[in-house]
Amino acid sequence: MSGISRRKFLTCTLVGAGATALSLKTDAFASAKLEGYPDSMGVLVDLGRCVGCRSCEAACNREQNLPAPAQSFEDQSIFDQTFHNGQKRRTDENAYTVVNRYEPEGTENPVYRKVQCNHCNEPACLTSCFVNAYTKTSEGAVIYNPNICVGCRNCMIACPFNVPAYSYSSATNPIIKKCIFCYDTRLKNGQPPACVEICPQQVMTFGHRKELIEIAHERIKTHPDRYIDHLYGEDEVGGTSWMYLAPAPFEEIGFDTTMNNEPIISNVKDFLGTVPMVLAIWPALFTGFHLLATRKHDIEHHGDDHQKHKDEEKKS
Amino acid sequence: MRIKMIVPVIVATFVLVAGFTSLPAEAAPPAQVRIDQLSKDFEPVLFDHANHIEMVGDCGECHHHTTGTAAKDPDCMRCHNSGSSGERVACRDCHAAEPFSADHLKTTTEDRKRYHRDLLGLKAAYHRSCMGCHEAGGGPTGCLDCHLRTESGDALFRAGKHTPTPTEKAAGHH
Repeated sequence: MSGISRRKFLTCTLVGAGATALSLKTDAFASAKLEGYPDSMGVLVDLGRCVGCRSCEAACNREQNLPAPAQSFEDQSIFDQTFHNGQKRRTDENAYTVVNRYEPEGTENPVYRKVQCNHCNEPACLTSCFVNAYTKTSEGAVIYNPNICVGCRNCMIACPFNVPAYSYSSATNPIIKKCIFCYDTRLKNGQPPACVEICPQQVMTFGHRKELIEIAHERIKTHPDRYIDHLYGEDEVGGTSWMYLAPAPFEEIGFDTTMNNEPIISNVKDFLGTVPMVLAIWPALFTGFHLLATRKHDIEHHGDDHQKHKDEEKKS
Repeated sequence: MRIKMIVPVIVATFVLVAGFTSLPAEAAPPAQVRIDQLSKDFEPVLFDHANHIEMVGDCGECHHHTTGTAAKDPDCMRCHNSGSSGERVACRDCHAAEPFSADHLKTTTEDRKRYHRDLLGLKAAYHRSCMGCHEAGGGPTGCLDCHLRTESGDALFRAGKHTPTPTEKAAGHH
């Protein structure tokens, strides 16, 4: 080996590996600041306006061709239902949106909260899906291809809002079911989702996400007495397409307020960023170590052979 | 505008009493407004405007500043402090029937200087204007008090003859 010493080779290798690791880390931080697609649409949900009529549930059922509910949509007794130690209703394979009633302390009227997929800017469900069934469309919707879904339920665990539901009723082909922002039938044609359109109170305002954020803060500024000074979903888990204004503290009306502002993927991105580096560099690096470690032995061995050869030549 | 024979009399009386004599004759308020935006699922509502004029008395309660009086909301008064009447009075003149259509969204997106960007659509303008008074003043507040559902509406809400039967309920997911 001429021109490059063992020490130099090792130094170069380590410096190279370090630089690769650093550059990967920088990339990971940069992508965490993504703010979704620039022209993404969204929905601003003003919970102070909701009267709990459940029209949105009915409209969703019709639009998505969901099976008949157990109770009529005008049946208000459904708000009294609780499951598993007081848990309110949640979305399932037959209902992609549900409205729940809360009675926070100090508020005169009950507060109704509509639940559906919040369509995250950086969806954890999408990240967790190993068959790539999920897509975040440029319009803002988080949709999924039921033909690709293998029913592993990773997304149900990954979702910070407990939204994806599972078709447990299907014995042969159970898959994930969730709100798709009416993407197929409406959003991609520039129309608002069915629940937004039917709402008699305009609880939901459909528009460009960026403008909705401005409108939301304007509402808080104009009527500070009506709203909690926070727009839920503006920053939570990296931002969501559906955002909420509330007349009562969010934690009292069923929202998780312990959510980080970083997208869920940031929890694992740095670690996962090192995996390709390990796969690409370690084999070469350790092969190098191995070759260097055994080189001296080879030279000695080779030297012996050479000597033997000379001896034989002399003898002859 | 549908004006019946008896209406001009009521209207004229009201106009005189309220002192709106400067209003041109064609701007007389309608006695009845037919609201049929949701006619797929609900029968049209015939809103008795004349009756509400009598009951409420002050047009500004519902029409903000467009009937000649100053706005009531201090926030609105910053601009609408004198009242302007005539051109835009009906709810639908400002509140769009389809507030989220691509065309209507364009108007707010392209006109960045527009102040009223967060304007209610027509349906919500009706409901939110009506319900506040009805709740405070003991008016009807149930959906079906004003809206009769059509066959399609019953199917939508799974009500009437479309109400799920107890056996369906038992077969439900809960």
